[in-house]
Amino acid sequence: MNFDFSDDQKMLKDQARKFLDDTCTLDHVRKILEGDAGHDEAVWKGLCDLGFAGAAIPEEFGGLGLGPLELCVLAEELGRCVAPVPFSSSIYLAAEALKQFGSQSQKETWLPQLATGACVGTVASSEGTQPPSPATVKTSFADGKLNGTKIPVADAMISGIAIVLANTGGAGERALSLVLVDLNGDGVSRREVETIDPTRGHGEIVFENAPAELLGQEGQGWDDYRRVEAGAAVLVAFEQVGGAEAAMNMAKDYALERYAFGRQIGSYQAIKHKIADMYVKLELARSNAYYGAMAFAEDAGDLELAAAAARIAATEAYRFAAQESIQVHGGIGFTWEANTQFHYRRSKLLALSLGSASRWKDRLVSELEKSNVA
Amino acid sequence: MDFNDTPEEAKFRAEVRAWLEANAKPKDPNKARAGRSNKAEADRLASARVWQAKKAEAGYAAITWPTEFGGLGGSSIQSVIYSQEESNFEVPGGFFDIGLGMCIPTMMAWATKEQNERFVKPALYGKEIWCQLFSEPSAGSDVAGLRTKAERDGDDWVINGQKVWTSGAHFCDYGIIVTRSDPSAPKHKGLTFFFLDMKSPGIEVRPIKQISGESNFNEVFFTDVRVPDSQRLGDVGEGWKVALTTLMNERLAIGQGSGVDYTELLKLARQTELESGPAIKDANVREHLADWYVETQGLKYTKFRTLTALSKGQTPGPESSIGKIVSGPKMQDLASFAMDLQGQGGILQGDEDAEMNAAFQNQWMWGAGYRIAGGTDEILRNIVSEQVLGLPQDIRVDKQVPFNELPSGRK
Ligand SMILES: Cc1cc2nc3c(=O)[nH]c(=O)nc-3n(C[C@H](O)[C@H](O)[C@H](O)COP(=O)(O)OP(=O)(O)OC[C@H]3O[C@@H](n4cnc5c(N)ncnc54)[C@H](O)[C@@H]3O)c2cc1C
Ligand SMILES: Cc1cc2nc3c(=O)[nH]c(=O)nc-3n(C[C@H](O)[C@H](O)[C@H](O)COP(=O)(O)OP(=O)(O)OC[C@H]3O[C@@H](n4cnc5c(N)ncnc54)[C@H](O)[C@@H]3O)c2cc1C
Repeated sequence: MNFDFSDDQKMLKDQARKFLDDTCTLDHVRKILEGDAGHDEAVWKGLCDLGFAGAAIPEEFGGLGLGPLELCVLAEELGRCVAPVPFSSSIYLAAEALKQFGSQSQKETWLPQLATGACVGTVASSEGTQPPSPATVKTSFADGKLNGTKIPVADAMISGIAIVLANTGGAGERALSLVLVDLNGDGVSRREVETIDPTRGHGEIVFENAPAELLGQEGQGWDDYRRVEAGAAVLVAFEQVGGAEAAMNMAKDYALERYAFGRQIGSYQAIKHKIADMYVKLELARSNAYYGAMAFAEDAGDLELAAAAARIAATEAYRFAAQESIQVHGGIGFTWEANTQFHYRRSKLLALSLGSASRWKDRLVSELEKSNVA
Repeated sequence: MDFNDTPEEAKFRAEVRAWLEANAKPKDPNKARAGRSNKAEADRLASARVWQAKKAEAGYAAITWPTEFGGLGGSSIQSVIYSQEESNFEVPGGFFDIGLGMCIPTMMAWATKEQNERFVKPALYGKEIWCQLFSEPSAGSDVAGLRTKAERDGDDWVINGQKVWTSGAHFCDYGIIVTRSDPSAPKHKGLTFFFLDMKSPGIEVRPIKQISGESNFNEVFFTDVRVPDSQRLGDVGEGWKVALTTLMNERLAIGQGSGVDYTELLKLARQTELESGPAIKDANVREHLADWYVETQGLKYTKFRTLTALSKGQTPGPESSIGKIVSGPKMQDLASFAMDLQGQGGILQGDEDAEMNAAFQNQWMWGAGYRIAGGTDEILRNIVSEQVLGLPQDIRVDKQVPFNELPSGRK
């Protein structure tokens, strides 16, 4: 039984933590919250320079040639410090989609740039307040031209390429295809949008006859997208685990410092048991995330189920820790000045970024039905 | 990352599996796991003794115990490998867990060499069964609040009082007991610990009928029961220290819970037709199924993390403390939800009429007790918040005060 990360992977994690502890404190994150930028360029550049962005990109395309497990340990550290960087868009989603479904020339063109951060990539699926699916996606791709509107798109304002879920006219689930578009080309306009978490910039992108090309096969977009989503769900679960632990520790530290009725509030069971519940949910999430990591790394066929479990557990752990951390802080937790808001915002952003927990629960049960366990 | 055995672990697993195949019947996957029931307890006990003796003979009854006590001198990981393999076979059990999991380890830590030579093997072979006489009407979570009196009389102690919730006392041969020997000392200081013969004159065992109608635990009354001083474990007034050995082992012994889980609920949902259509297509059913799947897997992989530490010869982290907090409510809630799915028929509990031999109904009954036995949900949350997270202990009003001046029980 060796259900743990290797010493090398733990070293990588420590290295990331040291870098982020110095460069990405909550004061830095607050600057993004209060400023105009949608990300922290210095932190992002540092992560790229250290090779982290390219960690799982093959060496032939300018990366370090490591794998999903290395991304998992990095993700946990990014989540812990609520990093305001486009890592998930560019690496968990765009780079992974290119790796899995890109043609040789698409990979050669874009992966080296994603690895160094010279170009940021993103995946654009949502078209407003209706969850994307073969039945609802209206953005269309025909004759090399893309038309439609995607909103919200993470890191839209700083991305050089987008992988767009578009309708190519097939029937049912075959309606959709993944389409690669150069956002600096013709027919693309974008604007920044206001969201619950300004520390991760989002935008709307409008395509009007924008030149684009297929990524992967026509009509396979929905399957391919879900496959990329499953891997990303595992990585985001590690961010959520990191965030949940940080939020729990914030609550715990405050509960030890704050006195009410002549006692530390952490001595009241209403508070103690709440924090114990944070811990319980965190450990369930961590264990499910580890299994997700293993399924992702081994590619053994149960990634969908493992990813759904990781995502559900981690979403719940972060939701609870972030929300109840504010509660433990009392009135001060509700202020702009307090740091509790970073986790409250980020936990909800991550909970929705790949689709809600209900959707993943449905996916999980569909897998159980297939696997015929009962 | 992998779940593979090391070569030595694989070798041990193969040995164990071969032995089990030669000596036990594989489980029938189509047979629903029934809830616990003590119908025909005597028959089950008899067959459990036979199986226990076989297992002890082969060395698998106490894998981690030293060989001089009849153990295998093996590692924790080997013990887990054995349990994993044994869980694929239809074997009787449940009668020896408290004795071998808590009482005998306490004996091994505190009794004399001669006493251990006398008692350990018969317990291991299922010849003698042990019970844990800790809880009292006024001392459960707060077990140090117990009142059963022990008074010195020559070479003996004389015990008077009452224990309660004593699992298995009605078929047990020996017991370990904590008593109050000095009521004027603060409560943790005036306790003394013994082991005793359950057939001693003056002991009366009265079965308690549980919520389920069955009787697995008892009230035990002590009237002038004489116990020789040689059966004292630890010093006079130091009984709490000995009790902590037992309670530590209790946490190791109480596992993940068993019984019906998401697989049985999935099966039920597949065969149940609701007004709105098949239950398995119902969003509410799917959400619940997914949540319980995630909890079950979370506990399973948490255990794997613990095993990884053991396999590397490290001390496991505190994560194993979450097991019963999660599995207790899950057992109860899942059973309750499954009963809801059956509509009015969900109330049926007869083996013949009820779905899956009333496994859900039985578990719904048992789940209520599982959340209390061996540390309540609330006490376990205290343990996690204090011992794992370092939050302050509850304010204690009872630590320094002489015991006989404290309020306790139900006023
Ligand atoms: C939107 C808003 C508007 C407000 N408006 C006003 C106003 O107009 N006038 C005014 O005077 N005040 C106002 N308040 C203050 C409000 O009454 C306090 O914030 C509230 O009473 C909690 O006190 P606290 O913030 O000091 O938190 P604390 O008392 O420090 O509580 C921190 C945490 O400890 C818990 N806790 C504290 N004591 C115990 C205990 N004995 N047992 C268990 N848990 C405990 C709390 O439940 C909380 O989770 C306002 C607050 C808010 C958020
Ligand atoms: C099936 C079963 C088998 C058992 N077998 C045995 C056995 O073999 N030997 C034996 O000695 N005992 C046995 N017990 C007893 C068991 O250990 C006690 O029932 C348990 O410790 C709770 O004690 P209590 O019943 O007195 O409840 P109490 O301690 O009175 O608790 C009542 C309620 O108050 C809560 N509470 C108590 N203290 C606190 C606190 N500090 N903070 C917050 N909440 C608190 C509890 O969580 C519970 O909800 C068994 C119990 C059951 C149900």
